[in-house]
Amino acid sequence: MEGAELAGKILSTWLTLVICLILLPSAFGVSLGISEMYMKLLVKTLEWATIRIEKGVSKESVLKNSASVGIIQRDESPMEKGLSGLRGRDFELSDVFYFSKKGLEAIVEDEVTQRFSSEELVSWNLLTRTNVNFHYISLRLTMVWVLGVIVRYCVLLPLSLKNWLSELVHLTCCRICVRALSGTIHYHNKQYRPQKGGICVANHTSPIDVLILTTDGCYAMVGQVHGGLMGIIQRAMVKACPHVWFERSEMKDRHLVTKRLKEHIADKKKLPILIFPEGTCINNTSVMMFKKGSFEIGGTIHPVAIKYNPQFGDAFWNSSKYNMVSYLLRMMTSWAIVCDVWYMPPMTREEGEDAVQFANRVKSAIAVQGGLTELPWDGGLKRAKVKDTFKEEQQKNYSKMIVGNGSL
Amino acid sequence: MIRSEPPALLTGSFSQASLLRLYHRFRALDRNKKGYLSRMDLQQIGALAVNPLGERIIDSFFPDGNLRLDFPGFVRVLAHFRPIDDEDPGIRDPKEPEPLNSRMNKLRFAFQLYDLDRDGKISRHEMLQVLRLMVGVQVTEEQLESIADRTVQEADEDGDGAVSFLEFTKSLEKMDIEQKMSIRILK
Repeated sequence: MEGAELAGKILSTWLTLVICLILLPSAFGVSLGISEMYMKLLVKTLEWATIRIEKGVSKESVLKNSASVGIIQRDESPMEKGLSGLRGRDFELSDVFYFSKKGLEAIVEDEVTQRFSSEELVSWNLLTRTNVNFHYISLRLTMVWVLGVIVRYCVLLPLSLKNWLSELVHLTCCRICVRALSGTIHYHNKQYRPQKGGICVANHTSPIDVLILTTDGCYAMVGQVHGGLMGIIQRAMVKACPHVWFERSEMKDRHLVTKRLKEHIADKKKLPILIFPEGTCINNTSVMMFKKGSFEIGGTIHPVAIKYNPQFGDAFWNSSKYNMVSYLLRMMTSWAIVCDVWYMPPMTREEGEDAVQFANRVKSAIAVQGGLTELPWDGGLKRAKVKDTFKEEQQKNYSKMIVGNGSL
Repeated sequence: MIRSEPPALLTGSFSQASLLRLYHRFRALDRNKKGYLSRMDLQQIGALAVNPLGERIIDSFFPDGNLRLDFPGFVRVLAHFRPIDDEDPGIRDPKEPEPLNSRMNKLRFAFQLYDLDRDGKISRHEMLQVLRLMVGVQVTEEQLESIADRTVQEADEDGDGAVSFLEFTKSLEKMDIEQKMSIRILK
């Protein structure tokens, strides 16, 4: 009996502690400085651990270090130099060497497949080892997250339509969830935060992107109706803010989608729409081709750049490898999520600019702001074959070389 | 059956570290974890799909109508592109078969990119085909034919209208094959 009483006491004190330390400050947006201390501690620990590991070098960590740089020595000279150095020379038997070498290099290592494997860390970050602290913290985190979920459901669902109250609760719950993930987010340029009646466009690394953005403001989401866990979350969110959900069959009809989105933004009282135009998760180092659909709708686009600090946890979600639940668990048990969010000045489509060019312009702006590299490849390349236009480019260059000089 | 280490019988061509790298790459390309690679897996590589000779290069991995590429086969083709200076020629045992990355074998690899029917000669027709792959639709048929004719004439010594492997190697005598057909894997 004593044991049970003791356990009960501990549980209740712990619960009160949790509520005081987390719920109340979240509701008022006040930080107790614990998170900052936690971060500092983490950084120190990681640095110490890295030095220790570097002293006792093992083969695997050596390979990992250099693998992040690229495994083959590349000769990045353009086609003309690669072929012979002279412009306007004629075809030679050896020309195949250039193309075959480039082809084999691509087989050994290529940019796109690299982008889609998790960004390799130069400093090993303790996630693959366990120690006592690790277990303790993960338990605490899970409890807090569960609490957050419970609060969300019990408070959000029976909510009436008072806008400010719902926004407050919504923000609170988001902040709880972020605390649960031990997230620290820095927002820059808050003056450019998306206003009502606009479209917010961001690069996409993980489903947590949504969480991070909504912590700082209410958005309307566009997306498919999902089954399972995501579906429940979606329905809960709809009660708080009006979103735009589509059935899978409706998604195929682009005009229908465009029409509904146009209606939504025309209504100035409605919240700004949040769209991730890339369509698939990229691994936090680059920004792939933005699909032009979002940019055809018109209206003002508010670009946002999101960049995660990879030292503290790999937020990348490879949807073909992990499903939602295991991904969330991984996120829970990482040390922390640290990221930067930059709001950027709004952009509109200019005269004579088509949707694709506009999309590229926005993409460049986001990439520059977030310090990410731009890749011309379509994110869908991960799953589909590539267009022939790129091959034509190479063929054009080559033809110009051997024919263009008029030697025939 | 997926092993976490590469099979032992391949030591002798690449260094252990390089083999490990290539093995990880092989596993990464094998998206469905089948244990082997199919043509589709290689075709998914963006930079290869836009390479004008992409299909030919993929062909060289799947000789004799094979449909599956296992790791030894993967390494065998890549071994052609190891830099020649990696090993000291004085140490090599002359009784052993020539290493895959010798000058001869590199040239053989390039030759079979041209010689589709594997008859040991590059006919004018085969020359045209490769040229067509490299220029796409940018060049007219007449221009292409004259280029092909000129090239075959220059290389053809015995006048049979085709380029044999020896004629091929002769015409590329002065070429720095080592540099053009080598890929150096970083330590």
